[in-house]
Amino acid sequence: MKKLNRNQVKNASTYILVTAAFLILQVLSTQGKLNSTTKGFLVPACAYIVLAVSLNLLVGICGELSLGHAGFMGIGAFTGIVVTSLLAEAVPNGVLRLVMGMIAGGVLAGVVGFLIGIPVLRLRGDYLAIVTLAFGEIMKNVFGNLYLGVDETGLHATLKTEGLTLAEGGKMIISGPRGATGITKLSTFAIGFVLILFTLFVVQNLINSREGRAIKAVRDNRIAAESVGINVTAFRMKAFVVSAFLAGMAGALYAMNYGSITASKFNFNTSINILVFVVLGGMGNILGSIISATVLYILPEAMRGLQDYRMILYAVVLILVMLFTWSPKMKDIISVVTDKVRGVFRKNEKEAAFHE
Amino acid sequence: MKKVLALTMALALVAASFAGCGKSASTATTAAAETTAAAGETAAEGVGTVKIGMSGPLTGRASAYGLAVRAGMEVAVEEINAKGGLQIEFKAEDDEADGEKAVSAYNALKDWGMQVMAGQVTTGSALAVAPESVADNMFNLTPSASAEALALTGDNIFQMCFTDPNQGASAAELVSTKYAGAKVGVIYDSSDDYSTGLYNGFKTKAAELGVEVVATTSFTADSKADLSTQVTQCQNAGADLVFLPIYYTEASQILTYASRISYAPKFFGCDGMDGILTVEGFDTSLAEGLVLMTPFDANASDEATQSFVTKFKAKMDGLVPNQFAADGYDVIYAIYDALTAANITGDESASEICDALKAQFATMSVDGLTGSGMHWDENGMISKAPAAVVVENGVYVPMA
Amino acid sequence: MKIIQYLINGISIGSVYAIIALGYTMVYGIAKMLNFAHGDIIMVGAYISFCVTNYLGLPVVVSILAAMAVCTALGMLIEALAYKPLRGTPSLAVLITAIGVSYFLQNAAQLIWSSSPKNYTSVVTFQPLRLAGGQLVITGEVIVTIIASIVIMVGLTWFTGKTRTGKAMRAVSEDREAAELMGISVNKTISTTFAIGSALAAIAGVLLCSTVPTLQPTTGSMPGIRAFTAAVLGGIGSIPGAMLGGILLGVIETFSKAYLSPQFSDAIVFGVLIVILLVKPAGLLGKQVQEKV
Repeated sequence: MKKLNRNQVKNASTYILVTAAFLILQVLSTQGKLNSTTKGFLVPACAYIVLAVSLNLLVGICGELSLGHAGFMGIGAFTGIVVTSLLAEAVPNGVLRLVMGMIAGGVLAGVVGFLIGIPVLRLRGDYLAIVTLAFGEIMKNVFGNLYLGVDETGLHATLKTEGLTLAEGGKMIISGPRGATGITKLSTFAIGFVLILFTLFVVQNLINSREGRAIKAVRDNRIAAESVGINVTAFRMKAFVVSAFLAGMAGALYAMNYGSITASKFNFNTSINILVFVVLGGMGNILGSIISATVLYILPEAMRGLQDYRMILYAVVLILVMLFTWSPKMKDIISVVTDKVRGVFRKNEKEAAFHE
Repeated sequence: MKKVLALTMALALVAASFAGCGKSASTATTAAAETTAAAGETAAEGVGTVKIGMSGPLTGRASAYGLAVRAGMEVAVEEINAKGGLQIEFKAEDDEADGEKAVSAYNALKDWGMQVMAGQVTTGSALAVAPESVADNMFNLTPSASAEALALTGDNIFQMCFTDPNQGASAAELVSTKYAGAKVGVIYDSSDDYSTGLYNGFKTKAAELGVEVVATTSFTADSKADLSTQVTQCQNAGADLVFLPIYYTEASQILTYASRISYAPKFFGCDGMDGILTVEGFDTSLAEGLVLMTPFDANASDEATQSFVTKFKAKMDGLVPNQFAADGYDVIYAIYDALTAANITGDESASEICDALKAQFATMSVDGLTGSGMHWDENGMISKAPAAVVVENGVYVPMA
Repeated sequence: MKIIQYLINGISIGSVYAIIALGYTMVYGIAKMLNFAHGDIIMVGAYISFCVTNYLGLPVVVSILAAMAVCTALGMLIEALAYKPLRGTPSLAVLITAIGVSYFLQNAAQLIWSSSPKNYTSVVTFQPLRLAGGQLVITGEVIVTIIASIVIMVGLTWFTGKTRTGKAMRAVSEDREAAELMGISVNKTISTTFAIGSALAAIAGVLLCSTVPTLQPTTGSMPGIRAFTAAVLGGIGSIPGAMLGGILLGVIETFSKAYLSPQFSDAIVFGVLIVILLVKPAGLLGKQVQEKV
């Protein structure tokens, strides 16, 4: 019973922290105290947080290594762009249109996740990893060759390099390697924040449900879990689809923040970056994912002053952080230090009690 | 052609020096020259500073192009600042050829106080930043982002390079006139907007002119480790001219492999091919007879080019500049010409400067390293004469 | 005839993938980690070899030996500094560190050698073989790469099967704790594995750049991922599997470019990979490990 309480406290504190951060930034922003750089970070940071949390569901909670998360993000991004441009006249309200685009993107990503999940989830570990990598690369390859446009006769799409010839007044939405251009920027920080809350709600409910506890049991010992009658594949599938759905929504949010999006953005490197957020933040640790996604997203930008040495230092920081947080030796040292600190703290408490 | 260019350059130089404005390389002609000179004098009294920023890939896969542009721009900035008058403060930010990073770079430059943007190097980055710069009314002259859609995004965006479909069409015209009856093979990069744009421009014009295309094949950024299959395909189709609308990095692979299997068609490239002769360790005899469309020749004997090449080499550890670098250099001078002609002192806001520069770019004409009499149409696309060269004995020779 | 020429092209790039995959698979089999920096060690090897021949003017053999020496040292250094402290932690932590190392090597290479491409002069000097009246051309690079990949595969099989160190490697691979109890130094064995894997990477770098002459700081990353794919296709951890996977991947890639669609060759290659893994979940020659209850 006590454990459950601790969980609830943890969940609540995550919501409170995220909300506080949002309110502070929003107030600063409306007062014009934020510079362009910080303002530019807000929406993509929200998208990356959602991506990290959704991937954490898969990697941290289920223990399945996925290297193709950017593929789902890409599906959501391009679906979102298409849906919002098609609805440009029917739904004049930008927020509503964006939400519809995000839902469409999420649903399509979820459906693709389901279809891929049927065969793929039979695999485990590194084999699952390579198949998700392969899936991401296939998605990138397909989007990079997709030409999609709309004119009065309807929606047209082709995968041929010649592209499309649209009727007079037609508009290209996606043009192969150039990607989608002329996107109407609809994403706002507030919507990004709402998406984070939604993601937290979905993911934390899933983790703390009976099924979620089962998923964790599966991660820790699949065979034992199976032997007490937990349907492993069904739970893995659920996590996979939810994760893909959320990544799709984040992709749509991300895409609608830029004037143009190319398929090459949704490549292996982006998948790896999201994975780095998750691992650094702690596997299964939702708040950790949020913090590490924010910090690691801003870090290379904050190091712009270092000019050409920026990326090499980012690499060094990454390695060092991994060593410090994971190395057993370092963990020993850290635990010794924290014990001492705790000891001092307790001593103070005792002394305080004594003085009373 | 080169002589004419050198001559006009020299004349312009003389005229400029008489007017008391010691510009060494890029000179606004005739009417513009007088206003420039006048502006130079007024600016010299109350010396102002304008902050110019650019972003390009300075790390990662495409960094060779970004670093070349940056160094070319720095040479121009140093020249301008050395002669007094209006000063330029220049800053380059890394965008890794990625749209998201390019927007971050743009924001970082805005926080730095950028008043004029000297473009993004790659098309994808430029397209991502375009709506931002339109919203801010920030003047943006790109050295090398060549998509047609870019200049159409807003009236503040100008290009120093040809648009892809135009260049592709010029290439098709050259092929049909100079190599009538050739059987053409094409190898392009289907994952690259630049290459696909050139290819589509070429194909449309080639069909119009009745050029016979016998093989069309492509590669992607991920599969370019092996290009031997594509060369074999062209050989099997009996192509005696292979059109390569790609960058020199991949082209050098194709030339090497073709020579290994003794396949020797005429190779024909576009401006991305410029730089192939200076790839370290590349056997230039493999490029003998290669035709490419480049606005810039590092071996040109005119003083402006030579002075640029010397300064660039000193900066880049002996690297010979290619057209990316030269475009960067011309971008800074074109902006500088327009700034001085509009009597900008640097105290104006970015938006005010943008309006002034737009007015200048609508009428002015610039001579630079990549062309003479360059001017811009109402969309911001450049108009300059396409030039083709042939590689003979390891150097470019203008195509007759 | 055409089809045979494409087959040769495919085997050519495939055997390059195979050599890289052999290094991947060996490190994976013994250290149980995906060394994502392997592709970048290949790039370093190629640069060292390039510098020794082009700047110092030394013969090709010396340049290859120098590349092997530098890469061996580099591989062991990386292992000691970045991977060893994480021994016993979840494999994901090591994976992320390997990615950090990969970023580091690429950016260090850019600072040292600049990002301008260099054209690697092939180490193979003899003339191509012409068959069927000149219709078929087999370049010297193809012959050397195929021979080298076979020699390496046979050598590795012999080494892990017959030598003392090799047997120790297999023991560590099978059961690390048991091996330790048998008096095998796990740290030393893994360090040796990295040394051998990195020396192989140097050879792979030389052969990759002899086949594909462009040398840039990012040269190793794409072939690295392809080779990783090849290793999984063949059954990761299996030495003949890496060879088979590499060749197969190269041939599939070439045929899909030549006959299906050059634009979609990436998708086709990865699609075939997915299908094969669904039919044979542990790769073509991989062992299906029975889970103990």
